[in-house]
Amino acid sequence: MGLDFSVIPKYLDIVLLGALWTIAITLGAAIVSFFGGILLAVIALYAHPVVRWPFRVFSFLFLGTPLLLQLFLIYFGLVQIGIDVPAFVAGVIGLGLHFAVYNSELFQASILAVDKGQIEAARTLGLSRMQALRKVVVPQAVRDVIPPIGNNMIALLKDSALVSVIGVSELTLSAQRAIGSTYRPFEFYVLVAAIYYIINLGMEAVLRRVERRIQASK
Amino acid sequence: MSAQKPFIDIRHAKKSFGTLEVLKDINLQVDRGQIVAIIGPSGSGKSTLLRAINDLDPLTGGEIWLEDKQINMDLPHRQYERHINEVRQEIGMVFQHFNLFPHLKVRENVTLAPKMLKGLSDAEANALAEEQLTKVGMIERIDYYPSQLSGGQKQRVAIARALAMKPKVMLFDEATSALDPELVEEVNLVMKQLAEEHMTMIIVTHEMGFAESVCDRVLFMDQGVVVEEGPPEVIFRNPKSERTQNFLRKHLAGQQA
Repeated sequence: MGLDFSVIPKYLDIVLLGALWTIAITLGAAIVSFFGGILLAVIALYAHPVVRWPFRVFSFLFLGTPLLLQLFLIYFGLVQIGIDVPAFVAGVIGLGLHFAVYNSELFQASILAVDKGQIEAARTLGLSRMQALRKVVVPQAVRDVIPPIGNNMIALLKDSALVSVIGVSELTLSAQRAIGSTYRPFEFYVLVAAIYYIINLGMEAVLRRVERRIQASK
Repeated sequence: MSAQKPFIDIRHAKKSFGTLEVLKDINLQVDRGQIVAIIGPSGSGKSTLLRAINDLDPLTGGEIWLEDKQINMDLPHRQYERHINEVRQEIGMVFQHFNLFPHLKVRENVTLAPKMLKGLSDAEANALAEEQLTKVGMIERIDYYPSQLSGGQKQRVAIARALAMKPKVMLFDEATSALDPELVEEVNLVMKQLAEEHMTMIIVTHEMGFAESVCDRVLFMDQGVVVEEGPPEVIFRNPKSERTQNFLRKHLAGQQA
């Protein structure tokens, strides 16, 4: 049987709604992964070992196990111990924490790369170590690490498709639903691929703007 | 000489990295309003001594006092941090490489600490920044980023940033060593101005001319000890120690070369 793209318009609203969910999940998870990444990096570098070690184990678990499994655990597993997380929230937390661990590695390197004189200058003014990190070191570290963090965020967008398995009606799942009633997998998967690509282009455009603004202040 | 306690009192300061002794029993007393220069070859320990005063390089032995407060007190970690953060607010420091905060404009470089630590409002902090930047002649660049300034301008902003905390003492760690020769004078002028206002200053420097014209006392350090100290005219014109004579001769030769 040949291709027939004429079925698309009828299901376009479902697919576009799915695209909005994908954007919402990506945005939510990006925010969690950004601030979570900074927090994890600061803990890894500066916290007392008593605090540092549990987080290290946590990071190791998130890095060493499949994201899919983590989503299952958060959505299906936590219910059993009385924590009922809505699918969307489970998706944002799962994706967000997973990428927070990746971002943390980047933040750690860039925090260490900030000139030692910066923290010295802040400390001689009387700032505590935490204040110096917050106001002087981390802002510079973040600035330097935006391009690779951006790459992680694009990976995050693509991995957000996994959230379909816990029943969030995002782009991939909405395509599957459309396919379920039309038996037109090729048409809808191509459509969805195009939409992912467009969102991707949008993210890259935003990133480039951010990078330009950072460059201007350097 | 009064019987009054010195403003800054360094007693038996010792510092070692492993088996390497960088400071061997240094004693230094500075009175309020005094300006002391520390000279000496690199590796003599002069920067380490200066950095010990605000505990950037903690001593391994000895005591440092500012007025009636011991700086390097023996306290549990948490309490010590609180103590040292308070002490450091009273000690301004200027670095060889300026260490301005590159992500902040000149204004914010100056207002950051007063706002965070003294609870100044935006308006108060801005007024303070304008006052300090006017003093160092940098008010026109208040909305520039550090990367848009020359080395001399950066250092003047760094001085304004330190002064904004209203310190009791200013420490200068080779403040003009990283500057192009033609930019040294503008920084020296600011330091001279501070001297005229009777700011207590300890200056680690390679600029013998400047040290001679501004300072009340000069310390010559070598290999972790104070070899000789006295008024500048004695140290520079009539040094007693052979090591001081050699250092000054070599230094002069280096400058003429």
